[in-house]
Amino acid sequence: MKRTGIYFWTGAALFLGAALLMTQVIGNQYPFFAGYVILQFIVLAVAWSILGGYAGYVNFGTAAFFGIGVYTSVFLFKATGAPLPVQIAAAAAIGALMGFALGLLTLRMQGIFFSIATIAATIIIETAITNWRYVGGAAGIQLQRPAVTAPFDNYVEMLFFVQAMLVVLAVAISRYIQRSWMGRGLQALKDDELAAECTGVPTLRLKLMACVISGALMCAAGAPGAMYLQYADPSSAFNLNYSVSTLAMSLIGGTAHWAGPVIGAIVLGTTQQLLTVTISSEVNVLVLGVMLVLFVVAAPEGIIGLVRKVRRKRNEGEG
Amino acid sequence: MEAEPQAIQAPLLRISALTKRFGGFTALDNVSVDIRPGERFGLIGPNGSGKTTLINCISGAFRTEPGTVTFRDEDITRLQPHMRTRRGIARSFQIPRPFRSMTVAENLMVGLDFAADTSVIVSEAQRREAMMSILTRMGLASKANVSANQLSQVELRKMELARAMATHPKLLISDEAMAGLSSSEVDEVLDLLMSLAGQDITIIMIEHIMQAVMRFSDRVMCLEAGRIIAIGTPDEVMANQRVQEAYLGT
Repeated sequence: MKRTGIYFWTGAALFLGAALLMTQVIGNQYPFFAGYVILQFIVLAVAWSILGGYAGYVNFGTAAFFGIGVYTSVFLFKATGAPLPVQIAAAAAIGALMGFALGLLTLRMQGIFFSIATIAATIIIETAITNWRYVGGAAGIQLQRPAVTAPFDNYVEMLFFVQAMLVVLAVAISRYIQRSWMGRGLQALKDDELAAECTGVPTLRLKLMACVISGALMCAAGAPGAMYLQYADPSSAFNLNYSVSTLAMSLIGGTAHWAGPVIGAIVLGTTQQLLTVTISSEVNVLVLGVMLVLFVVAAPEGIIGLVRKVRRKRNEGEG
Repeated sequence: MEAEPQAIQAPLLRISALTKRFGGFTALDNVSVDIRPGERFGLIGPNGSGKTTLINCISGAFRTEPGTVTFRDEDITRLQPHMRTRRGIARSFQIPRPFRSMTVAENLMVGLDFAADTSVIVSEAQRREAMMSILTRMGLASKANVSANQLSQVELRKMELARAMATHPKLLISDEAMAGLSSSEVDEVLDLLMSLAGQDITIIMIEHIMQAVMRFSDRVMCLEAGRIIAIGTPDEVMANQRVQEAYLGT
């Protein structure tokens, strides 16, 4: 157990070191511009799977959390000129509150009803922001980036590194949950909610906790987005694409292990970035759909499930 | 008057004037009964008579409208199921409900993580030890690392009882744990339940297999259409005219 912990934190340190080194060595801006999006989706997919994967509550409201993260930054930046870390921390706090409220209202519903409620919440929130003049309303809002902090010489590079730190945070939290009593309780309630209750699992409280943590991380992932684009408008910040892509990445990677959504987001995110550049940004939606169908049919447990199956077969072969 | 000394003892579970309606259908009608500590209590009745509904009201899966459930002198009528489990009410299900994505050991660990006796079991090592000792007692030790999905029917029944035991119950409710088992398996599960019952654990057993109920119970209660039609020693209940009518349909 302890050894895997050492491996994990060494890996995380190497990852952050590599990200930092990239910002210092690579001069071309494009890798950071594209890499940022992939990192952002890793955070979203990992955060999504805390509720969607471990607890089995499929949340279609990723876009709502992401968008609120973006607009928390917009509001704070416009009102107070708050620095990036404050924007992210505030977005996480608001995301947690939002997760709590949404969870309290919807988590008593099971299965498809919960999913529908999360879509409804996205639409309501988007409509509210669209009608809020102060943050730009439907027309959107332009933002002027402040000066970049050392050691970075470019704002996008800095955002890239910040998002890399969020990845480590999200993965560490997800990994902790999976291995703790909380993960066991979530897995139990995913299998059978009544049986879990009757075995002492406080199902509603655990689901709420998962929703709060998941919401906080999703909002945090959205927060740097305003500065990344230097622009925000409701229809792109609350785009349903975020919900669908995040869900697809988690499912394709596999939700049974914390590494699943990471793998899914890297595979799908990279594919999407490559397609956007080489063919068109419309095609990547198509590819997303096709890949999702393929995985649902051929590997319903995702990449993680495939790996486990192969490993089990090999073990049986040896035995 | 053999019941006299027991009557002085406070009941472990007191159900008073419990009624449960589903729309216009009354599943339980004004049911009142006391279960004494250490008792082996059999619950019988034809299909649809309200046995499982009563269990659901005791374990908290259903809310009751009128009526109260008191457990160890505490009114638990409004408590959620997990709160009741932590106070010492555990159950198995008529149709087994294992955590299918887990191994047998992990199924038990859920109970030990969330409802173990924290005055005794603190560390992870103690939890594992408790888990293995329950599995050994249930004859499932060799299945510890097998997925719950791969168990046979009798193993599933035993695992449900084992998982219930992991929550250190004072009251264990077995809901038709022997349904669909062969006669040798019935004896096996019955012996298990007999060995679990005792000074610390009171057992309510719902069962259709009469020999099993007769052998097991100190006291038997028969429900029909949501009402108690007989309660007493197994022999008394079996001799009761209405019980015979309810079962034979005459």
